[in-house]
Amino acid sequence: MDFDLMQRVFPFFLEAAWITIILSVLTAILGLTCGILGAAARLSRFALLRFVGAAYVSVIRGTPALIQLFILYFGGPQIGIQLDAFEAGVIGLGLNAGAYMTETIRGAIITIDKGQIEAARTVGLSRLQTMRYVVLPQAMRLMIRPLGVNINALIKATALVAAISVVELTYTAQRYIGSTYKPFEMFLIAGILYMIIIYVTGQAVAWLDRKARIN
Amino acid sequence: MGLDFSVIPEYLDIVLWGAAWTIAITIGAAIVSFFGGIFLAVVALYASIFVRLPFRAFAFLFMGTPLLLQLFLIYFGLVQVGIDVPAFMAGVIGLGLHFAVYNSELLQTSILAVDKGQVEAARTLGLSRMQALRKVVIPQAIRDVVPPIGNNMIALLKDSALVSVIGVSELTLSAQRAIGSTYRPFEFYVLVAVIYYIINIFMEAAQRRVERRIQASK
Repeated sequence: MDFDLMQRVFPFFLEAAWITIILSVLTAILGLTCGILGAAARLSRFALLRFVGAAYVSVIRGTPALIQLFILYFGGPQIGIQLDAFEAGVIGLGLNAGAYMTETIRGAIITIDKGQIEAARTVGLSRLQTMRYVVLPQAMRLMIRPLGVNINALIKATALVAAISVVELTYTAQRYIGSTYKPFEMFLIAGILYMIIIYVTGQAVAWLDRKARIN
Repeated sequence: MGLDFSVIPEYLDIVLWGAAWTIAITIGAAIVSFFGGIFLAVVALYASIFVRLPFRAFAFLFMGTPLLLQLFLIYFGLVQVGIDVPAFMAGVIGLGLHFAVYNSELLQTSILAVDKGQVEAARTLGLSRMQALRKVVIPQAIRDVVPPIGNNMIALLKDSALVSVIGVSELTLSAQRAIGSTYRPFEFYVLVAVIYYIINIFMEAAQRRVERRIQASK
């Protein structure tokens, strides 16, 4: 174990970890947005919206995230979409995470007892009001933990943007493995930084979950 | 630049060969992850603490880091310690180990869920501890985790695209070769996505069939 080398390259890994964090946060925000829209579409009254939602989930979950990134980044210019690698990474990974989150959010909503919805409608609440005052407050609590699992997967998936040369943790590790021939050391530094990011995120999710349970 | 899908037929055989390799890698890695998962689960539950701890650390590290990073470690790490494996083998080992860790987590829970009375009965009948585990406990534990392991195998198919980065000539890398000579990334990546999607559909159908058979055998 070459600790001296590890110490020297560590600052570069820290910088890269920062990029991974920013990438994860932006991807999570876009993913959640797509997830909410996707779930709304899948639960819609309109058959067309339901179809669009189902097709989105099926296509994204049925193909590799790496290929989705490549289509967006390398194929995008051919259909008039010009993105730099970082933007393509956020949009590609966000759309990908959104499909998984769609299913999580939808799953939490449909577990709410039908009787409650009928009761709320009988009392005179509109469909939207029923959603807002009866279903969502309960469903939100149920979806915190599984969304946490989605976010955990999303943080690890940010490594894929190394393949389109975004200088984040995995790209940095790859570059230093190539130039120093010390794969174990570089893996260890990057691995520990990933685990810190994932651990902190996990704690935040657990905290939210506890908070939601007390009320 | 516009789209022109007419370039595809000329390179279709290269891409389809790549698809065959993707299927081979997925099957190879699935086998490694299945038996590796059983092995890791047994170690985690029954081995002495000195054996268990390093394996625990390994599982912890593999669950907390991206697959791509692990592939770099295995590919370059094996070369580093003097084991020169072809990229294909490194890909199978890397993907297999990654999913073995996830399968092991599933199996540990299901092994513990098998009724204790079963082990006692097997032991009374004269089976050794190892035999009881191998012939009584593990078969039942596996039956219970078939649906989630099936999901892992489908995830494995999609993650097999990552081994293109360490130079395994599977579907993704074959498409990149075709793109290298045609400069038509959109067309070929969409083609590749369609092929993955079709393999995915077959795997999901197979998964449903297996699940139905297991349901019937219960």
